[in-house]
Amino acid sequence: MSLLEIKNLTAKLAEEDKQILNGLNLTVEKGQVAAIMGPNGSGKSTLSYVLAGREDYEVTNGEALLDGENILELSPDERAAKGLFLAFQYPIEIPGVGQMTFLKAALNAQRRKNGLDDMPTPEFMKLVNGRAKELGISQDMLRRSVNVGFSGGEKKRNEILQMALLQPKLAILDETDSGLDIDALKIVADGVNAMRSPDRGFVVITHYQRLLDYIKPDVVHVLSAGRIIKTGGPELALELEAKGYADIVGKAA
Amino acid sequence: MPAVQETVEQVRAIDVDQYKYGFSTDIEMELAPKGLSEDIVRYISARKNEPAWMLEWRLDAYRRWLTMREPDWARVDYPQIDFQDMYYYAAPKSNAAPKSLDEIDPAILETYKKLGIPLREQEILAGVAPENRIAVDAVFDSVSVVTTFKEELKKSGVIFSSISEALHEHPELVRKYIGSVVPTTDNYYATLNAAVFSDGSFVYIPPGVRCPMELSTYFRINEQKTGQFERTLIIADKGSYVSYLEGCTAPMRDENQLHAAVVELIAHDDAEIKYSTVQNWYPGDSQGKGGIYNFVTKRGDCRGARSKISWTQVETGSAITWKYPSCILRGDDSQGEFYSIAVSNGAQQVDSGTKMIHLGKNTRSRIISKGISAGRSQNTYRGLVSAHRRATNAKNFTNCDSLLIGNACGAHTVPYIESKTASAVFEHEATTSKVSEDQMFYCMQRGLTQEEAIALIVNGFVKDVLQQLPMEFMVEAQKLIAISLEGSVG
Repeated sequence: MSLLEIKNLTAKLAEEDKQILNGLNLTVEKGQVAAIMGPNGSGKSTLSYVLAGREDYEVTNGEALLDGENILELSPDERAAKGLFLAFQYPIEIPGVGQMTFLKAALNAQRRKNGLDDMPTPEFMKLVNGRAKELGISQDMLRRSVNVGFSGGEKKRNEILQMALLQPKLAILDETDSGLDIDALKIVADGVNAMRSPDRGFVVITHYQRLLDYIKPDVVHVLSAGRIIKTGGPELALELEAKGYADIVGKAA
Repeated sequence: MPAVQETVEQVRAIDVDQYKYGFSTDIEMELAPKGLSEDIVRYISARKNEPAWMLEWRLDAYRRWLTMREPDWARVDYPQIDFQDMYYYAAPKSNAAPKSLDEIDPAILETYKKLGIPLREQEILAGVAPENRIAVDAVFDSVSVVTTFKEELKKSGVIFSSISEALHEHPELVRKYIGSVVPTTDNYYATLNAAVFSDGSFVYIPPGVRCPMELSTYFRINEQKTGQFERTLIIADKGSYVSYLEGCTAPMRDENQLHAAVVELIAHDDAEIKYSTVQNWYPGDSQGKGGIYNFVTKRGDCRGARSKISWTQVETGSAITWKYPSCILRGDDSQGEFYSIAVSNGAQQVDSGTKMIHLGKNTRSRIISKGISAGRSQNTYRGLVSAHRRATNAKNFTNCDSLLIGNACGAHTVPYIESKTASAVFEHEATTSKVSEDQMFYCMQRGLTQEEAIALIVNGFVKDVLQQLPMEFMVEAQKLIAISLEGSVG
């Protein structure tokens, strides 16, 4: 069974008529890193939001199976507890809520949904401190409110920290490379690579080939006008980098 | 923070619209005849065996009240109150004059136990370190049923009793201070209270004494069609310190019940009073039926130099809240503080804030107000900061933040700032924000349910104020806020 199987998915913004996803088909296997590339407005972010269950979007047709179960009827928190994680392109600030409070609340909320007891605080502290160190996240950052006053790079590293704590089955990284300098990009990529495992899948959404130099994809999909129009190996990303999207998009249309 | 988890469990454990303290206690009560008249004022005074001057004081207030008009400037809306259709005195029959806890009706002890307020000292003592003990004055409808730890407090000279008892044991103190901060002529509800107040707490901290434990009063309205009019008087003599907590609940009833209290605080030279309230009166149902009208006058007088009075309030209950805990900064270098969290949901209406009246030199005040509106509620902050001509170098910092949840509620901020001295520095900051869909989605994507997400975001919003509460109340307040906001989205 595939980890993620999206069949003929169509979706639109709830308040508008225009379809953004138009019969999208996509399969991600366990252990696979699938890159999704595409021009602006092709539906990359919409795909990540629809999978994560954002309310502003309405699924008009199709299904998305995570481990064989259609997740499109589930609330966002239920999807999260089933192992779906979205690293946000623009992580959200929550003033007054300490990082540790947030991380613990999230971890234990998922554990409880999966029939586990809350993680004891000492174990939790050890876990967070360990992961934070690997990602170069300072104690000071852990003491601040969630994403408040963080630089772009800090926010992205923080997303990876959350992913490392929550240990999802499927992680969707939505333009995680945007706004990162090369050093930060390396740290983030190392964090992701450290989590690659035969049971876990990644969907890496990006505009640029650059990120894929550091996170080597197994497969590259090209998204245009709400559908996957081409699939290939890592060399496809290099080809796109060299020739731009116009060529492929033109042929598909 | 484990408190967030507790909040969440608490929320999960109960149904929407369920007010946890809504039960009533079935015991025999002695009621005064219904309605209000000079005879009722005399009846209350006689029941309490009060000295003649107290009766005269009450009657003066009553006569004055007859000439006054109900205020209508607050941003609240309710049908005219029929002051003749209510009882002004309700006391448990068995409570003639209990000498010890053993003489109190077990139903009352059980009520407080259910509310989480154990009154038996040995129960409180079990497993509690001495510095964490809290002395409680329990007020049930119109009377104080018991005050705990009185003997122990007496050793350090602290007087903590019901105000009725204080009138007999320390009449000179009561007479000297009562009405000296909130005069009988002050306002419609305070004047009514002066006429018919039935009980309340009295605290006196002698010079130089740091009160060895937290003091608290727990107010419970039980009887139907009964108003609660209590009066609290706290005096901190020179160089003393006291921290005082107040909690309140009432059964769920279809009718509206009136709670018109007066609280007077007096801080002499170098004294400090910290007064915290967790107000959880029954707020009415989601359609606005029933609930308490909480029309309260609270005022502190920083009478002495370098004195300090600090108000902290967490307001989650009541159908209508109308209260402005204030500080008169009379002594030079005195300080006033007001920290407030006001949560409104359903059809609740809140008009609350503070007054900081700077009279002395170098007086300082600080106001941090966090209003959270959900459902169809209306939440108004109304505040006055003023500096008298002689209040040179007066300083105030005000921060009013409002948070909106959903599209049907309202938040309003009405600050009044008056300065008659050029050397005063008054700062005012205000923000209004909404719990954003982005924040909700972000939290839920990490595994939190909608209600867990709201609780987390709101607890973050009010953190600055929660930190001002005594430790035990902080956790309690967090839970309360989460419960009050149940069903506010979706």
